[in-house]
Amino acid sequence: MDMHSDGTFELRRSQRKRIGMVLAGILFLATIFGIVVLMALLVDVILTAAPWLDAQFVHSFPSSTPGEAGIWSPLIGTLWLMGLTALISVPLGVASALYLEEYAQDGWFLRLIQVNIANLAGVPSVVYGILGLALFVRFASLENSLLAGALTLSLLILPIIIISTQEALRSLPSGIRESAFALGATRWQVIYSHVLPMAAPGIMTGVILALSRAIGETAPLILVGALTFVPFVPRGAMDQFTALPIQIFNWTARPQDEFRGLAAAAIVILMILLFTMNLTAILLRNYFEERRAGA
Amino acid sequence: MSTTPSPPPTTADNETTRGPRPADDLRQQVYDSPKEKAIEYALGACALVSVLTTLGIAAVLLIESIPFFQSVPLSEFFGETRWTPQFTEKHFGIWALLSGTLLVTVISAVVALPVGLASAIFISEYASTWVRKILKPGLELLAGVPTVVYGYFALSFVTPLLQTFVPGLGVYNALSAGIVVGIMIIPMVASLSEDALQAVPNTLARAAYALGATKYEAVVRVNVPAAFGGIMASFILAVSRAIGETMIVTLAAGASPKTTADPTEAIQTMTAFIVQVSKGDTPQGTIEYQSIFAVGLVLFLITLAMNVFANRITRRYQEKY
Repeated sequence: MDMHSDGTFELRRSQRKRIGMVLAGILFLATIFGIVVLMALLVDVILTAAPWLDAQFVHSFPSSTPGEAGIWSPLIGTLWLMGLTALISVPLGVASALYLEEYAQDGWFLRLIQVNIANLAGVPSVVYGILGLALFVRFASLENSLLAGALTLSLLILPIIIISTQEALRSLPSGIRESAFALGATRWQVIYSHVLPMAAPGIMTGVILALSRAIGETAPLILVGALTFVPFVPRGAMDQFTALPIQIFNWTARPQDEFRGLAAAAIVILMILLFTMNLTAILLRNYFEERRAGA
Repeated sequence: MSTTPSPPPTTADNETTRGPRPADDLRQQVYDSPKEKAIEYALGACALVSVLTTLGIAAVLLIESIPFFQSVPLSEFFGETRWTPQFTEKHFGIWALLSGTLLVTVISAVVALPVGLASAIFISEYASTWVRKILKPGLELLAGVPTVVYGYFALSFVTPLLQTFVPGLGVYNALSAGIVVGIMIIPMVASLSEDALQAVPNTLARAAYALGATKYEAVVRVNVPAAFGGIMASFILAVSRAIGETMIVTLAAGASPKTTADPTEAIQTMTAFIVQVSKGDTPQGTIEYQSIFAVGLVLFLITLAMNVFANRITRRYQEKY
């Protein structure tokens, strides 16, 4: 780039601008590539699913006869799993984040926990499945119950909940805490009356996103022994179970076209659940970001 | 030291002998009351769960793979290239599974790293505010698609599509699985690289403009090199995610462990092997069942090393600006 050497600077400038335009075009195409693929995926799934999706499909149990098969027990199993997972992971995750942000002193112990959480978030989900199999299914003798599955999924999403809750707590103006302390509140009173209510929307966004990660997890549930064919609805946390992703996996793995259609129909149901959760989280975040910016 | 006389009692010590001051009293009864302390310890115990999880994973993988390594010596595990636990003549050479994982990971990296970085550059440097408001949630939705759905997509859409270009491509192949794993990790590369690009101070690009650089020159020669550390970290984290990916490869890449570099062949990854064994009726105590812990250990060590490395880069990089 010897721009100073002769009078061709202006000439080359237009050429350089053209290169810039081409690059911008390539970058744009790359960016929408992912979104185009997402569209292709959705269209393919919906077209394949269309002939199978009806009320009977939602209300029937899985069956080896494609025409009679449905997703009632996997759907109920997934709702049970989500409920139990939320009950276990949300208090644990929020409490951990509160300790790390509001109590812990800066030092090697805090750094160790933070590094540990960051690395846990990157452990493959199938490894959590192995942990669940050894710890909950066999060591704690929970067998292949809903509780064993929910405990495994809870450990899996715990780092996500902790990290997002920490971010929500950090984003609060520190004046909130100081003004409460100045009025003589104890540490817990400050947290309970000021910090938690104000951070609640942020925490909820993180929790919903974490649960929407858990709802699609398949490998850990296979490891802890979720069944592939369940003609009953679980009645308690110690019952055997199946879940939507397991049923999708089972139907997709079969070679017949009818089961491919059933898999697509089950995917549509799962994606409706997921998009509702994601959309809630995104809207929640946008709403509170705008409100905070306006305040 | 022993010759040093003990310090004279301080006024504070005198006061405590006479009884607590009102301020101390308040501190002990309200701010450090048993209830406040109990809450602090309870929250601290919750924070310990994450440490226990890590220790639990390490302990389970190590303890449970001892029986396996008692029957299969390390020399066979790392020296053999066949993995045939189901056959009567059993071989346990991890390279057959490692090469399957490596093949899928390389294909996914070829797809995801350029596309993800390009998306990050576009969103961070080119997109206007409203375009960004559409693109970012779009990528987040892509990141939210469950891997089993991607597996379905690989098997029922991408493989048939590839079969029209690649003659003789089987139903199960590394190529289709690798491409879809790549699509899955694009949002991760894009989002983490974008964070890195956003962290570069604007003044750097402005200095480049002042020297007569065009937009693309400022982006390619100033912003991207300045964010290099963060971009590298995003690459490593995404590749580590690809290595640990399970459902796409289980559904689309096949179940034939072999040491090959041919992407059109059916292979088996470490993760897919673990799923294959655990979904079957393999009885506990058999060597095949024990092998999933050994494979899990290798998988855990590889991904952990990459994550630790990437997080270290990120932290060092965050301190820079």
